[in-house]
Amino acid sequence: MNVHAARQGVFGAARSEDGIARGEPLLVVDNISLAFGGVKAITDVSFDIVKGEIRAIIGPNGAGKTSMLNVINGFYHPQQGTITFRGRSRRRMQPHEAAMQGIARTFQNIALFKGMTTLDNIMTGRITLMKRNMLWQALWHGPAEAEEIAHREAVERIIDFLEIEHIRKVPVGRLPYGLQKRVELGRALAAEPALLLLDEPMAGMNLEEKEDMSRFILDVNRDYGTTIALIEHDMGVVMDLSDRVVVLDYGRKIGDGTPDEVRNNQAVIDAYLGVAHD
Amino acid sequence: MLYREAGDFKTTYRADQQTFPIRSERYLFWAAMAVAFLVVPFFINSYWEKSVLVPLLIWSLVALGLNILTGYCGQVSLGTGGFMAVGAFACYKLMTSFPDMPIIFVVLASGGVTALVGTMFGLPSLRIKGFYLAVATLAAQFFLVWIFNKFPWFYNYSASGQITAPERTILGVAVTGPNAPSWATYLLCLSFVFVLAWVARNLTRGRIGRAWMAIRDMDIAAEIIGVEPLRTKLSAFAVSSFYIGTAGALFFSVYLGAAEVTEAFGIEKSFLALFMVIIGGLGSILGSFLGAAFLVLMPVALKNLFVGTLGWPTDVATHIQIMLIGGLIVFFLIVEPHGLAQLWRLTKEKLRLWPFPY
Ligand SMILES: Nc1ncnc2c1ncn2[C@@H]1O[C@H](COP(=O)(O)OP(=O)(O)OP(=O)(O)O)[C@@H](O)[C@H]1O
Ligand SMILES: [Mg+2]
Repeated sequence: MNVHAARQGVFGAARSEDGIARGEPLLVVDNISLAFGGVKAITDVSFDIVKGEIRAIIGPNGAGKTSMLNVINGFYHPQQGTITFRGRSRRRMQPHEAAMQGIARTFQNIALFKGMTTLDNIMTGRITLMKRNMLWQALWHGPAEAEEIAHREAVERIIDFLEIEHIRKVPVGRLPYGLQKRVELGRALAAEPALLLLDEPMAGMNLEEKEDMSRFILDVNRDYGTTIALIEHDMGVVMDLSDRVVVLDYGRKIGDGTPDEVRNNQAVIDAYLGVAHD
Repeated sequence: MLYREAGDFKTTYRADQQTFPIRSERYLFWAAMAVAFLVVPFFINSYWEKSVLVPLLIWSLVALGLNILTGYCGQVSLGTGGFMAVGAFACYKLMTSFPDMPIIFVVLASGGVTALVGTMFGLPSLRIKGFYLAVATLAAQFFLVWIFNKFPWFYNYSASGQITAPERTILGVAVTGPNAPSWATYLLCLSFVFVLAWVARNLTRGRIGRAWMAIRDMDIAAEIIGVEPLRTKLSAFAVSSFYIGTAGALFFSVYLGAAEVTEAFGIEKSFLALFMVIIGGLGSILGSFLGAAFLVLMPVALKNLFVGTLGWPTDVATHIQIMLIGGLIVFFLIVEPHGLAQLWRLTKEKLRLWPFPY
């Protein structure tokens, strides 16, 4: 794909004017607790994600990883704690507000718009970047069409990048699982996010598909500097891709550090080997 | 000219996004429009106007409106008849209060009033979905009809409770009232439908249309992407009601001339509109027209066949006709749940490969 063209537009500078330098915290999760009735999904968890890194969140099933992402993008409201994103703190916000601030995500269970084509799904990812109001849209010719074409060009670069040109006009409901995951990544990338949340992007994929997906994730991070939070069960993938790892178990943070540090952490080893809790 | 894509390559995104990407289809469309605008007005008579063309146009507009809400945005509505009534009564009040207001403005303003009312009734959609929303809109249907019966102000205290459209002209030609020539009412409705269908196409192919469809397909994911659920749903209610209100205004002023609310805008109108979009194809502009055509033309054709050709008594013919149409609807839902528009798409795909299907 044409890297230079992509660099100018897509994943570009649209949302990165926040004065945060590479390596400084982009997102700070401070003392978050979340419960559903009696079930404590997250208990007192704090960590940060620095700009430009790939941060893995790992842990056994039901550890609270997905819940953590849901808190970060405003879908769940924690009972306690604050989230600071790009220097702005908040306790409660709506998911579309998080999207406006530059957080995009994919889902553990694919959440594409099944009746729409690949192209329309990815175009929808740019919804927060499109501005023309209803009157211009009704007229179409002129500003609305110009805007549509500009965004179509950006979306086509994503389509090239993800190598899904051949399914551009196919309704996504008809696509195989692996391709749907890729389209979903495309939809998240289309928003040109400052922070990209990926919930098990490789679950259920074969080796070749996993390699492709790993390559896309690394390219997005390296070439465009997008900060990524990644939930993944495949330890090989986690060790290869991530700069730092947070480990959750039963809603608590039990480890935090580089892949090597985490791998040698006794609490983490115990959690994964299923050592009984006291 | 053959129906072919070959040699019809798209080199720009602009060309790729156009309404009729295949050239022969484009020619066919414009030829049909030329006939509709330039030829039909010279041959139309009162029968074709009153029984076929004007109702077809007005119901197409209704189906378009409902399809925006239900087909594109996924919000089921059974309030269509009530919203048509809002358009009709707004039209009546505007015509009688401001006799000098040009009729085109009156009709558009009636659509605007209906958009406001529709948006209000759309508010519950933020909390309730699917079947429950359908019931809420059903309540709107009955509430609106009740209100127009209850308060004589709406029908200017007329003894019969009816509203009657005074004569209005465009460039000296009457378009409402008993003296309006067939070609004039037909052309007025055709122009409204042409422009509004074009607007619907524009709205549905861009940002707003995608936001509607995103809400329809998966509202939670849509919200996480940055689609505001409340604004998006309400915009669908507003646009949809605008179309239905405009259609209601035309239905009353141009087509019926006089109307009594329970009779003209009852619940069966809501169901008729819903059948149109289901049979025509949810989420398809073309489908709105096909569905309206099917349900407007089929009764006329059956009546001609039974009463005209076979000489059956009218009441028997009516009953059989209702049963047949009901049966056809069920048949359609089973055979092609995506409607006539999908059948048309499949036919085109076949045609494109013809005569070598592999
Ligand atoms: N909406 C909800 N209502 C009630 N309980 C919930 C809800 N969401 C999550 N939970 C509970 O919170 C806990 C953490 O769930 P979560 O989905 O975050 O785990 P996870 O780490 O993503 O697991 P997996 O690896 O299986 O995806 C679980 O016990 C789960 O049952
Ligand atoms: Mg999970």
